[in-house]
Amino acid sequence: MKTTKSTRATKAAKSSRARPLQGKYLLRLFVAGATARSRQAVLRVRQLCEAELDRGGILEVIDIYQQPELARANQIVATPTLIMEFPRPVRRFIGSLANTTGLSVELAVSAKRRIAL
Amino acid sequence: MKKSAPKSASPGLLLPKCPTGIQGLDEITGGGLPRGRPTLVCGGAGCGKTLLAAEFLVRGATQFGEPGVFMAFEETEAELEANVASLGFNLKGLVGRRKILIDYVHIEPGEIHESGEYDLEGLFVRLNHAIDSIGAKRVVLDTLEALFAGLRNESILRAELRRLFRWLKDKGVTAVITAERGRESLTRHGLEEYVSDCVILLDHRVNDQIATRHLRVVKYRGALHGTNEFPFLIGDDGLSVLPITSLGLNHKVSSERIATGIPRLDAMLGGRGFFRGSSILLTGTAGTGKTIIASNFAQAAAKRGERTLFFSFEESPNQIIRNMHSIGLRLEPLMKRGLLRFHSARPSLYGLEMHLATMFKEIAAFQPHVVIVDPITSLMDLGTHSEGKGMVTRLIDYLKAGQVTTLFTSLTQGGHALQQSEAGMSSLMDSWILLQDFEGNGERNRVLYVLKARGMAHSNQIREFLISDHGIDVVDAYIGPSGVLTGSARAAQSSLEKAAELATQQEAARLKREVERKRAAIERQISGLRSDYESESAELRRIAEQVGTSTQMLTTEQAESGRLRQADAKVATRPRGRSGLRRKS
Repeated sequence: MKTTKSTRATKAAKSSRARPLQGKYLLRLFVAGATARSRQAVLRVRQLCEAELDRGGILEVIDIYQQPELARANQIVATPTLIMEFPRPVRRFIGSLANTTGLSVELAVSAKRRIAL
Repeated sequence: MKKSAPKSASPGLLLPKCPTGIQGLDEITGGGLPRGRPTLVCGGAGCGKTLLAAEFLVRGATQFGEPGVFMAFEETEAELEANVASLGFNLKGLVGRRKILIDYVHIEPGEIHESGEYDLEGLFVRLNHAIDSIGAKRVVLDTLEALFAGLRNESILRAELRRLFRWLKDKGVTAVITAERGRESLTRHGLEEYVSDCVILLDHRVNDQIATRHLRVVKYRGALHGTNEFPFLIGDDGLSVLPITSLGLNHKVSSERIATGIPRLDAMLGGRGFFRGSSILLTGTAGTGKTIIASNFAQAAAKRGERTLFFSFEESPNQIIRNMHSIGLRLEPLMKRGLLRFHSARPSLYGLEMHLATMFKEIAAFQPHVVIVDPITSLMDLGTHSEGKGMVTRLIDYLKAGQVTTLFTSLTQGGHALQQSEAGMSSLMDSWILLQDFEGNGERNRVLYVLKARGMAHSNQIREFLISDHGIDVVDAYIGPSGVLTGSARAAQSSLEKAAELATQQEAARLKREVERKRAAIERQISGLRSDYESESAELRRIAEQVGTSTQMLTTEQAESGRLRQADAKVATRPRGRSGLRRKS
């Protein structure tokens, strides 16, 4: 499991764009400050994607207070926002991920597709 | 979250205002939008909300040195730049110079899955970052309601919007928030309940196939504002709102008089023509010579070295030039010398406001001393009566403020009472000259009279005027038994009067001759009498001499005989005394 924290996020994002990960996950989680909601979101993502992350998926957690310019670049309006950059298509999840059915389905579908491939 | 909250809205006696720089809007709002507070601009599609917001930012950046952030929810930066370029705003340049920052917020509802609690901190952070990075004083959120389409949880959204407006106030930026017009409320999602300081409503209506935009300040907390609906338009240099009341009635007046170009008409107006800066109405039915009198006025202005702007709504400039040439009025040299400019447009080309705005623009560009509108009636037909009157009021106010003399011609319909048909306009006019047709004796003749001329003595006579190949000639009035005589009746009356005068002259000459003759006769008589007298007195003298001689002789004889007879000496003296007496007479 690999989690990059805010400052290294840009570098990680660049490297991941340059080298598309076949079948691997790239998740970016944008949070605003170290609030309870942010912490909950981070925990939920890790919990849900544990298996994928174990297989080499990447989760970047970005604090937009630290890097406000990234909020603009990634079209962040609401926080927390989870952007599933890879596999395509790009999906966005907003909220603390308390209700995770949507995400679970997405993950399941992707997993199936990967198995089929 | 970071909050750098410089509270600029200091509590003073007057609400500090932030000038928009938009023509007319600052007059209506008494100086601009409330500084440091959000203003809601709402209206239907195509009302010009985005343009108003964009102009607010551009003017702020260019004229008032206040950088601005444009947060666009509907258009990308490139689209926005292209759209406002049509108004002559170089947004790209301003962005390059870091005067304006455009942040395009893209929300794709299909991409977003909501699960659980969230807030709009992302938006706040972006806005805060944008404001701080260029030191923005103005913020535009165009159209914030796009959030409602992208995000489903309305209760969160509402709470966050309330927080956003509070935050904007704390941040001390003057914000303009645009919103779609709702069916029953001002905005579709009820944003007006969050923005309570200033609400501006835009509207785009079609009346008689002519679309007009209107602006109304619905609410302006803590300030007086114009509450009416004001027409506004989007021209090629931005928005302009046309407030009727913006100028008021406190313009300067001049007592200088200017000639009309027709000496006899000047004479009718107290001998010196119209006041400078006054408004003159020239009404008449078709073919009474309104344009000719107007052109004469233009020529007179050119003779004084003044510029005239001629708005013609029925004839093309070339046609006017040709027609005036036929009466000996040459207008091309005036145009070449830059003393006369024509602006011709079909009245139906666009709405009343657009006409007014183009007229204002032309006037501002040419800086004329005299403006001629020929005819004003075709413009007034475009709108309703009150709109037309409002337009004339605005035009007159604008021109009077600049001491520009204005001549309006007005075409009246035959059959209407003249005074009635001009009732709306006449009260705005300082002078009113009426041109009329007189029919009779199988001919039609033109007359003019001064119906009103504020502040000057003027003739009350109805005068005939002739249009010949050397211009206009106001001729003397002849009053016959049935009123003013015109045309051939006038000519007949004139020759009658001439004949009568001739007869009187002849009679006088005859009388003079008679007297002369009588005098001569008397003189002759006198001289005859005198010669009679002369001859008689000569005769008398002769007789007297004779008598004297004979007496002397007699005396001598008597003396001789006395001496001879030795008569008494006393006797001899008496005849001598008698002869002395006679000689005296």
